[in-house]
Amino acid sequence: MEESYAAIMAQRPEIMRASVGIDYAKYATGLLAFDYERLLTDTGYDIDTVRAVQSAAAVGNTPLVELHHITALIRTIATPGKGARVFVKDEARNPSGSFKDRRASLSIHEAKKRGYAGVVAATSGNYGAAVASQAAKAGLRCMIVQEAFDSQGIAQPEIEEKTRACEAYGAEVMRLSVGPELFYVFLCVLKETGYFNASLYTPYSILGIETLGYEIAVQTQAQAGRLPDVVIATHAGGGNVTGTARGLKKAGAVDTVVVAASVDLSGLHMASDRDFNRKSFTTGHTGFSVPFTTWPDRADVPRNAARSLRYLDRFVTVTQGEVFYATQVLAELEGLERGAAGNTSLAAAFAIARELDEEQIVVVQETEYTGAGKHPIAQLNLAKRMGIELRRGDPRENKPGRRIVIPEHPAQIAVADIDVESLRRLYLQRALESVPAGTVLSDADLTFFADETRTTRTHVEEILHALHRKTG
Amino acid sequence: MAEWIASGTWVEIHRIVLRPGERAPQIPEDTKAVPLEMRVKGFLAEPAALGEEAEIVTSAGRPLRGTLSAVNPAYTHGFGPPIPELSNIGQEVRAILRKPPGAA
Repeated sequence: MEESYAAIMAQRPEIMRASVGIDYAKYATGLLAFDYERLLTDTGYDIDTVRAVQSAAAVGNTPLVELHHITALIRTIATPGKGARVFVKDEARNPSGSFKDRRASLSIHEAKKRGYAGVVAATSGNYGAAVASQAAKAGLRCMIVQEAFDSQGIAQPEIEEKTRACEAYGAEVMRLSVGPELFYVFLCVLKETGYFNASLYTPYSILGIETLGYEIAVQTQAQAGRLPDVVIATHAGGGNVTGTARGLKKAGAVDTVVVAASVDLSGLHMASDRDFNRKSFTTGHTGFSVPFTTWPDRADVPRNAARSLRYLDRFVTVTQGEVFYATQVLAELEGLERGAAGNTSLAAAFAIARELDEEQIVVVQETEYTGAGKHPIAQLNLAKRMGIELRRGDPRENKPGRRIVIPEHPAQIAVADIDVESLRRLYLQRALESVPAGTVLSDADLTFFADETRTTRTHVEEILHALHRKTG
Repeated sequence: MAEWIASGTWVEIHRIVLRPGERAPQIPEDTKAVPLEMRVKGFLAEPAALGEEAEIVTSAGRPLRGTLSAVNPAYTHGFGPPIPELSNIGQEVRAILRKPPGAA
């Protein structure tokens, strides 16, 4: 790192523009407002083009699998006539083992088209392997920057597996200790290499997921004779929820309820060296999903194309113990051994399908691969090593970073709803804090906020009024 | 005298990116108290000894300098022993499915 933290952070706009090739400033329509749809459509990728790009890269078209035994299990704990059919989209069958290949494939296609020699991505998760895999296929150089180990040198086993996978695909992996200054290192690397920023949050990354929602609608219709009533998506940075919801709509599934599900990690600080290895999930958790829902532009690009508050109908959390339980059930009743983080939405499905009618359909929107490090056994052995209590019992007694409680019975699995209205208020509060006090917001800004919060201008003005700020 | 590692060997280098006093202002105290460290693997560009300054060429073809920290470093992640708290779940749910409808 030849330049100081402050010097590099000051060059952020120029480095970003050069590395994604998008002039985000031209989409501004107000002080905070921007033309979100035009940002996406200007890429020139409609759903058919994306499907063609992904098909050429062997990405997508994964099976939609009906989980007959899990449905039967849910019906044993439901009242008569209740217990929807549960299906899962087996995204683990993508080339690098997760739906992240959809995001990576379009980014790499774009980087190649624009003549970049390589790509860089800041990610400790499946996305790194996806970018490395797609870059290898496209003949591009690849660098992945990870937050990988704590100050004791203890690596998170799931991230260690991702290091291995990325290196297997021929990528350079820069492993860092804990801290948000990863972004500084990331900018240094982008500046030095001139590579494409394969961010999780560009329009390409989101358009790449639309095919997942699209396929779910088409396959459910073909296999079950109706569109899904509920689709549950594991929620972290917001891309999964955003892209899936957009894809469902493009396939005509406009009435499908989109549920975002996250693992509850409340109380653990995402930038804490001490808490780093006390999380048994590295993604799909509230440490990402809550801040990204209420402040999407905290991302590594100026305007995040993942804007989940526009799309989610419901936002629920489940506990770590419930997800490990669901992971074990999926393996033993359905013969699908899959990674835990991807099963966050499966755990939520136990509770949600139970309340729906028998003829209704719940689609769990993804699975991910599993293996050494990236497995409940590896995570729970690390948890024990870190002094976390592990036992069977009532999952309500789960305490992130202190105690993991594995349910004793499927009836104990429940979802906790996060009040979406409170997230809208947090979003607007954050927006107000980002401009100088007393700033008069324009008509365009208020209309934008209505779109962002999926409410009306009147509702936005009421919230803003309650926040005691002058809005013009 | 330290053993020299031949150029072309797959190694890892380590380096301090930010010292505790240089860390970003907004981070928690426990993180601020420790340095931001970096570890990267690559092929050794010139012969070097463990613990000494070394240059590598990474898989992305990039030269990078740091302290030589490991030679052909192992992937040490695995599974560990089975978790007893997960071991009975399969039997339990199969037993629930075997019960006739309406049985307690």
